[in-house]
Amino acid sequence: MTWRHQSNRWRRFDDWDNRPLRLDLFSKDDPSNGFTAWHGENDPTPSLTIKNRLVTAMDSVSVDRFDMIDTFIARYHIDVDIAEEAMAMSSDEIARMLVDINVPREQLTRLAHGMTPAKLADVVARLSAVELTFAYAKMRPREMPSNQGHVTNAKDDPLQLAADAAVAVALGFDEIETTMRVSRNSWSNALACCVGAAVGRAGVLFQCSSEEAEELEIGMKGFTSYAETVSVYGTEGAFIDGDDTPWSKAWLTSAYASRGIKMRCTSGAAAELLMGFHEAKSLLYLEARCLCMQRGMGAQGTQNGGIDGAPLASTIPGGVRELLAENLLAVWLDLECASGNDARHSESEIRVGAKITPYLLAGSDLICSGFGTILKYDNSFNPSSFNGEELEDFLVLQRDFEADGGLRSVEESSMLALRQRAVDALEAVFDAMGLAVPTSTMKQSVVVASGSNETETFSVGDVGRISSAIQQKGITILDVIKVLHQRGFRDEAENLLFLLRLKLSGDFLQTSALIRDQKVLSAVNRPNQYLGPGTGYRVSAERLSELSQIRGELDKDAVITGQAVYAASEAKKISYRDLGDYIPSSEPKEVVVAISPAFGTRLFQTLAGHSLADVLRCLGEGIEAEGMAMRVIRCWHSADTSFLGLTAARLSGSGIGIGIQAKGTAVIHKRGRLPHNNLELFSNAPITSREHYQRLGANAAIYARGDWPEPVIVTNQGEALGARFHARVALIYAIETAMLVADRHPQQVAITFLESSNV
Amino acid sequence: MSNNRKSYPLSENHADELRASNGFHLDDLTIENILNDKVTMADIQIAPETLSHQAEIAGAAKRYPLADNFWRAAEMTSLPNELIMEIYEMLRPGRALDRSSLDACAERLRNDFGAEKLALFLEEAAEIYTRHGVFSKRF
Repeated sequence: MTWRHQSNRWRRFDDWDNRPLRLDLFSKDDPSNGFTAWHGENDPTPSLTIKNRLVTAMDSVSVDRFDMIDTFIARYHIDVDIAEEAMAMSSDEIARMLVDINVPREQLTRLAHGMTPAKLADVVARLSAVELTFAYAKMRPREMPSNQGHVTNAKDDPLQLAADAAVAVALGFDEIETTMRVSRNSWSNALACCVGAAVGRAGVLFQCSSEEAEELEIGMKGFTSYAETVSVYGTEGAFIDGDDTPWSKAWLTSAYASRGIKMRCTSGAAAELLMGFHEAKSLLYLEARCLCMQRGMGAQGTQNGGIDGAPLASTIPGGVRELLAENLLAVWLDLECASGNDARHSESEIRVGAKITPYLLAGSDLICSGFGTILKYDNSFNPSSFNGEELEDFLVLQRDFEADGGLRSVEESSMLALRQRAVDALEAVFDAMGLAVPTSTMKQSVVVASGSNETETFSVGDVGRISSAIQQKGITILDVIKVLHQRGFRDEAENLLFLLRLKLSGDFLQTSALIRDQKVLSAVNRPNQYLGPGTGYRVSAERLSELSQIRGELDKDAVITGQAVYAASEAKKISYRDLGDYIPSSEPKEVVVAISPAFGTRLFQTLAGHSLADVLRCLGEGIEAEGMAMRVIRCWHSADTSFLGLTAARLSGSGIGIGIQAKGTAVIHKRGRLPHNNLELFSNAPITSREHYQRLGANAAIYARGDWPEPVIVTNQGEALGARFHARVALIYAIETAMLVADRHPQQVAITFLESSNV
Repeated sequence: MSNNRKSYPLSENHADELRASNGFHLDDLTIENILNDKVTMADIQIAPETLSHQAEIAGAAKRYPLADNFWRAAEMTSLPNELIMEIYEMLRPGRALDRSSLDACAERLRNDFGAEKLALFLEEAAEIYTRHGVFSKRF
């Protein structure tokens, strides 16, 4: 035994240690320290006492011991006309109603309005992950799902923001959100994204996440159309530390509406835990308090499901199920839900994919409250579950499940022009307003860049100066529209004007509103009315075709065209001459090689990319090296490797034959064996090398002389060869089978190698 | 305007009646007028009547707190941006040292802007802040 085999642990643990998963932390359930999804040490028992239409006790706390949050919920959330009936129902019964297709959504939202936070939490905690997902699909307020994207970059570069905002719009995001690395850059970010988001189509809502007061100011200048970062916390300590109260946040809620700006609140599991004020209460109960407050404040919706706390919540047992449960609470309360899936909760791509799946399947008002449309390092919020890197993964998940995640593919050929347009539009605004003059190098670098590491652009200091100039000059959306139009960006000016006109109607202030095809769609005019199969949102045929489009799809023509490219070069390497029906010989020193119908006739390369001429040459060299001769026949009755091989063996004087398909799959067979009981099979054509074919030939020759060679093993590295090749395999094999002639006898083929090429 | 859910969206069903809070007509919110400097930010301020209408639509959909928010917002349309920000700042923890400033604001909203709901809201905050010690200075 060598030192290499000395170990005091099973080495699989080393493998596991090296997986990305092991970068994640996992914490123990600890109810007395707030680390618990469902059962905090101080979680109250649900209860409600009402006297003279006033709440006198709620969730085991009497009114004289209410904190500010209890008071707010009791006054603004609890509907005393419903409370008695709702609180008297058993939690099990209500939980079953949530997953019952025969109970309409409205009946359940009505009951929720009479329930206390502890009662609401008690009900959803009874649902399994599947039940939560199903209930979410039934309870989400708007009929059609949608998605929101982050547009930020590590340099706060306005040129890149404009270009990336335009791309986000093209990808189908109905809302885009920006934020800054340096808070004073907020005005520059707002202007840049506002202009970029106007390229391509009208009606994409835009927000600039910044300090509460400044965010509202930016909104008042008309640059933004919604706000989301009105944060709410489930304990008084966290709320005060967040520098607000339920009353100050309710004031902001009204302020946004008064300026025609859509808003939703933000809350989510583990915020209180992160802030050190958890009161030994569970994630779910504290979030139930947050959501009751938000409804009471009159917010139309929420961004919840952990949000910044999602990574911490996900370290706790059941934490990811809890995130689903709190999203369900939001929609059950009849709030629009931008369902988290933003702050990346894990380094494991498997955990990330698993986490998004329930939301993709159920649909959500906004599946991500920040899908990273940019690269991870450019995300100023922190990397999202999905980012620019993984965008196509998400598109494929939509395609796999035929589930509408709100996004669509973009045409590679149109992206540069789109980005250029956005950058040019912003340049026009900067120039006309005397804000800055980007050089052509700066613009070009941004247009082609995947991320800010590749750009030569404004310095962070420049951006700060641009930003304060926008604020100091009092530039408004009207100035921007005017300049865009004057400088020839008429569509963009019209798109921005469209949103301004819509602001006068207040239509997108209603629950779950978004804008598509210049129409407002919300829970008022397009409510989710799911009541079982055949009802609710169904992906239309048109949308289905959009979902199915993905870059680089294969079809038969593509395969044939791809192979035809090699026809000419093959013709220079080899000639095949048919010599008529093959007559079996009794020559013991031969190995017969049976090739398939399309081999060298319509197909010219193996899946590994080897020329078929080279492959035949390798087989022949291997056979000859062991003192045997190769004879080639072409089968027409079958293209199956086993039958090719067995046919060759039966017709071979030595009783040993090789069968090989055009895609490179090969077998060594022996006369008298059952078809699928061969001597050696080379089934992994994509990783079979020319050396393998040579050894295959040699082994066949060794069997032919009656010896037992060491079998050739084509080793793999665990590649998912099926994923990489099977679609091509099926198309190629269909070309072979289409050429079959059932009763045609195998033909003898004379092979001539036309050049002494290196093999 | 009719006041049921069917009037929604107003932008499609009542576009001809939509005006800004200063009476500026939606029809006049055009590129041409913007190019000729005939539109100001005041002309894109949503009208209290429109917010009231949205409140009725929300109420018809049984979203009563949302409706109440729109009613408060309707009153708020006449408040200048600066005053909205000033009151927001005052409502944040520890900014006001006692209830008198909030009460004074409430009076001002009631008398100068006819904003009874907002005034009541501030008075309620003053009562709660007093009870829970929110007026204590934090920095």
